Amino acid sequence: MSTPVLEVRNLKRDYVTSGGLFRPAKVLHAVKGVNFTLEKGKTLAVVGESGCGKSTLARMITLIDQPTSGEILIDGLPASAAHVTKQMRQKVQIVFQNPYGSLNPRQKIGEVLAEPLLLNTDMSNDERRHRAMQMLIKVGLGPEHFNRYPHMFSGGQRQRIAIARALMLNPSFLVLDEPVSALDLSVQAQILNLLKDLQDEFGLTYVFISHDLSVVRYIADEVMVMYFGDVVEHGTRDAVFADPQHDYTKTLFAATPRADVNSIRARIAAKKAAA
Amino acid sequence: MPLLEIKNLTVSFDTSAGLFKAVDGIDVSVEAREVLAIVGESGSGKSVAMLAVMGLLPPTATVTADKMEFEGRDLLNMAPAEKRKIIGKDIAMIFQEPVASLNPCFTVGFQIEEVLSRHMGLRGRAARDRAIELLQLVGIKDGAERLGAFPHQMSGGQCQRVMIAMALACSPKLLIADEPTTALDVTIQKQILDLLVKLQADTGMGLIMITHDMGVVAETADRVIVQYKGHKMEEADVLTLFENPSSKYTRALLSALPDNAVGDRLPTVSDFNFADEVGAGR
Repeated sequence: MSTPVLEVRNLKRDYVTSGGLFRPAKVLHAVKGVNFTLEKGKTLAVVGESGCGKSTLARMITLIDQPTSGEILIDGLPASAAHVTKQMRQKVQIVFQNPYGSLNPRQKIGEVLAEPLLLNTDMSNDERRHRAMQMLIKVGLGPEHFNRYPHMFSGGQRQRIAIARALMLNPSFLVLDEPVSALDLSVQAQILNLLKDLQDEFGLTYVFISHDLSVVRYIADEVMVMYFGDVVEHGTRDAVFADPQHDYTKTLFAATPRADVNSIRARIAAKKAAA
Repeated sequence: MPLLEIKNLTVSFDTSAGLFKAVDGIDVSVEAREVLAIVGESGSGKSVAMLAVMGLLPPTATVTADKMEFEGRDLLNMAPAEKRKIIGKDIAMIFQEPVASLNPCFTVGFQIEEVLSRHMGLRGRAARDRAIELLQLVGIKDGAERLGAFPHQMSGGQCQRVMIAMALACSPKLLIADEPTTALDVTIQKQILDLLVKLQADTGMGLIMITHDMGVVAETADRVIVQYKGHKMEEADVLTLFENPSSKYTRALLSALPDNAVGDRLPTVSDFNFADEVGAGR
């Protein structure tokens, strides 16, 4: 059996809110023991409402935050956020939710893309430039965008830049923290297509964090549902969507707006009957 | 007579690169007891058109229209003092980001009571009681305690409920909801949409729902206007729009829904050519 790209064992994270003079400190268990493995080339979707710990999980597996306890193995090697080696940093990258906040407004796009190479490899300046230019074209932008600043781009283009930056180091897996929730429907489709194309081309592994089930159904191989720090459901996409087991998953499905003609008909009929 | 009737509305902004038309010749009319959805991408002018009705645009904006009437009263040539009596009272608006639209320096109670004292002349005890009643109406059960809370002490969904309570404070005849659920989770989104639709049915007000989410449209609207780059692309009742859209742009939007994905790729709006339609819509 091949080594999974990512293996997580009993991962926990507590946040301690400091109490006041007369108030005791409070402990919030944001992630309460998560286990999973992820094979190469697959997409794992993590679903849940805000505050359920999905972003905390993302930060831990990207080696930004240190877990309170538990183990993370990347390509079979133990990883720790306390000491991230250059080799480890090249294996995992993240794309953040808000493309307006995740790019430095004073940095040109070319520099944004070349910076990961500057920090983590000893490539020459020319080579870095060359790679950045190639990646820019790969994500659907042009060479003319190389010397522009982030404010000159739309939300969808910025998200393309953020994805390009994450891919500069050829990571083993990519954490996508709600990459399309800040985007319009039509732009969302373009970004989802881009992610699929890149996955096919580079054999990428994704951890895709989202609260939008229609997007998850489109992109995921496996689905993990989180609720108040616990994993309440984990299975293949088809299994979870066909037969949700946990009550929370069912609530989530019921809350997702339906855009098919039959449900609109039903709604209008119900409204007529009530009037 | 329609509640709100707008004919040939144009809004242009004076920018350094010249005049920019955000809204170009749009007609909107809403009846009482009707839910109208205005759909479009960012930059399609859907919010700007409604902000023009409310008179909330900055001075760089030029608003022209052949007709802009609320219950038969001309909004265009009305004295500002007169207009302020209607705006916020008979026409109310809910904004996109609930946490950003509330004033962080004042308690929720103060902000709701401010509306009540300005438009309804309610003061002190009466205002407080009405505010608690409003919070209960929007599903905040411990209203009396919540009046003393500041916006940062509440979640996004709770803040949106407070915004809705403020908008409903004077029992408006027309409620404009500008992307009321965009910043919220699906489960909270469902609660807020159900609440809006229920309140609309109970009070019989007109509701204009501005959104880019086709799911929200399908769940709430009676009639839909699709906007693109300041032009109206299509106007239809909700069933016709989903079943048999006449505009190419609407078809493109609908096929970009991940629910409707056929095969491995999502068709994107740019795969369709509807540039000719934008011209024809003028």
